Amino acid sequence: MILRLAIGSLLARGLTVGMTVLAIALSVGLFVGVEKVRTGARDSFADTISGTDLIVGARSGSVQLLLYSVFRIGNATNNVTWESYLDIAARPEVDWIVPISLGDSHRQFRVMGTTQAFFERYRYRGGRALEMAQGHGLDDLYDAVIGADVAATLGYSVGDPIVVSHGLASFTDHADQPFRVAGIVARTGTPVDRTVIVSLEAIEAIHVDWQGGAQVPGRRTPVEAIREMDLTPTAITAALVGTESRLQIFGLQRWINTYPEEPLLAVLPGVALQELWQIVGVAETALVAVSAMVVVTALLGMMAMILSSLNERRREMAIWRAMGARPVTILGLLVLEAALMAALGALLGMALLYGALAMARPWIDASFGIWLPIDPPSAREVWVLASVIGGAALASLLPALRAYRMSLADGMMVRI
Amino acid sequence: MTDAALTLSDVRFTWPGRGGFTLSCPDFRLAQGERLLLLGPSGSGKSTFLSLACGIVTADAGKVSVGGTDLGALRSGARDGFRAEHFGLIFQQFNLLPYASVADNILLPLRFAPARRARATNAGAGGARAEAARLCAALTLPDGVMAMPAGRLSVGQQQRVAVARALIGQPPLIVADEPTSALDAAAQDVFLGLLFDQAATAGSSLLMVSHDDRLGARFDRVLRLDEIAATARGVAA
Ligand SMILES: Nc1ncnc2c1ncn2[C@@H]1O[C@H](COP(=O)(O)OP(=O)(O)OP(=O)(O)O)[C@@H](O)[C@H]1O
Ligand SMILES: [Mg+2]
Repeated sequence: MILRLAIGSLLARGLTVGMTVLAIALSVGLFVGVEKVRTGARDSFADTISGTDLIVGARSGSVQLLLYSVFRIGNATNNVTWESYLDIAARPEVDWIVPISLGDSHRQFRVMGTTQAFFERYRYRGGRALEMAQGHGLDDLYDAVIGADVAATLGYSVGDPIVVSHGLASFTDHADQPFRVAGIVARTGTPVDRTVIVSLEAIEAIHVDWQGGAQVPGRRTPVEAIREMDLTPTAITAALVGTESRLQIFGLQRWINTYPEEPLLAVLPGVALQELWQIVGVAETALVAVSAMVVVTALLGMMAMILSSLNERRREMAIWRAMGARPVTILGLLVLEAALMAALGALLGMALLYGALAMARPWIDASFGIWLPIDPPSAREVWVLASVIGGAALASLLPALRAYRMSLADGMMVRI
Repeated sequence: MTDAALTLSDVRFTWPGRGGFTLSCPDFRLAQGERLLLLGPSGSGKSTFLSLACGIVTADAGKVSVGGTDLGALRSGARDGFRAEHFGLIFQQFNLLPYASVADNILLPLRFAPARRARATNAGAGGARAEAARLCAALTLPDGVMAMPAGRLSVGQQQRVAVARALIGQPPLIVADEPTSALDAAAQDVFLGLLFDQAATAGSSLLMVSHDDRLGARFDRVLRLDEIAATARGVAA
């Protein structure tokens, strides 16, 4: 009955209570939403590469190497010479090695030169292999395989021509050597979706007439002549390496890192990711703290709302007291009301969040390559909801104590 | 001689705060089943007297006893429970929780008074709710009023619901603080008739205060507050 009366009292003050509940709902939605995006982004990053034991590149920071080689974020400061690549590939520990050559672009998407081995070796999300949605892999010199986002954004299908631009944001095109879309990779939720993949030789081919980053004026080697040339690259950007046995990873890493001919860096993808989290962690913490403050603000708003309602509810309290309710019951009543509002707010907030998630998910995936899972609330989220309700009960203690003292002092005739 | 329903002896009470209002009552006695009207002008301390009598405030000195129990000797929580068990309270107006149904309003004191609840439950077939409905009917409230929010009733109807709430479970003492002041003369008459009938049926004593001495004729005894209590202002500041 007390619960029923508490609910009745809340309903009677529907508008103010509704606004308070809405504020709590929005704050809870925001907080849990930030959590979901945060963990979603982490998982999606961690899912981007699997099965690769070492990433090798020119010596720089391990996070930088991870970012440009796997996530196509930022640029390599230096290349790895083809000789070094062959030396590494010749090591007995190496089971497979996939060279990667970056630096050119097509529209807003990066072009990556590699070998057919990339399609066989690249694994994501716990060991899943790439699959072709349409067409086939790299057969001809001027074949390009594009990711799902590239195809969707630019409306390409198999057979369409592609012109690669020199550099990342340039207006110089390799227009004389157009590519042809040979295949489209099925959506992976990784940067592969946003990549145009061509062969290493093709990268060499389009730069035949280039020297030091500029086209040699007047020189136009015909395509037929290029096809006859030796297109072995002189350098690559990075390489993905798989070892024969996991036990050999560290030995190979040490060998590469101390390679005398050229300063190289080999990193374990997992370790580099950890380092990345440490950097990102500060921003994450700030984000979580801000959204937690929003929750606290909503609870403070609720507290102010209860406090300001106390005066007009004095009569109500006096009735409770006259009917035999102890001051503690009055206190409990107010705490119960606050907990009810917070619980309702938390539920509504979760409903809003899941609704928003369901609607924004494809867009988030398309814009950021993060596929947010719609899971039932995690233990951590349930804990968050419980603490919001607990926090509300705690915040209501101040007005409740005031009501307690008022009900002691008022006696039974409250003047209105 | 049986125990009196209510006695005050050498009671003194001062409202806290500067210039607090002080009321002292050397000797007051209400017999069981008696209907007493206490008269006094506005601000003379009638409500203060009733608050003392039902233990909403406690006397600074002296003794208030109800059916032989010394209220001052009870701890505050126990006193609240005791009040729920032994008193039916009716105020001047705004008696009810407006958002709660009439039924919930009538049953509210039972929530804090197990013995009274047992009496109400055993009063007839159908339990406490049926007893509440019976009281509503006896107080000539319209059918179907039980489920309505109390705030929707007219003032006179609300006062009658307050009577039903005071009477349910037959508490030994009905205390009414100017319950008729919001009603016109005809409605006052009807209201008092119903209150008296039901209090007699329940065997409860009735202590009512008013500033309106025309009501006196229907009571067993009429007292003026200044006959039984001395009041002062600011004495104990
Ligand atoms: N809760 C309270 N706190 C402090 N002083 C109070 C309180 N209630 C009443 N008083 C003081 O006691 C005095 C008597 O008030 P009381 O309500 O007992 O008079 P009353 O006879 O019931 O008046 P009315 O007929 O207008 O209801 C008031 O003048 C006021 O100063
Ligand atoms: Mg009064």
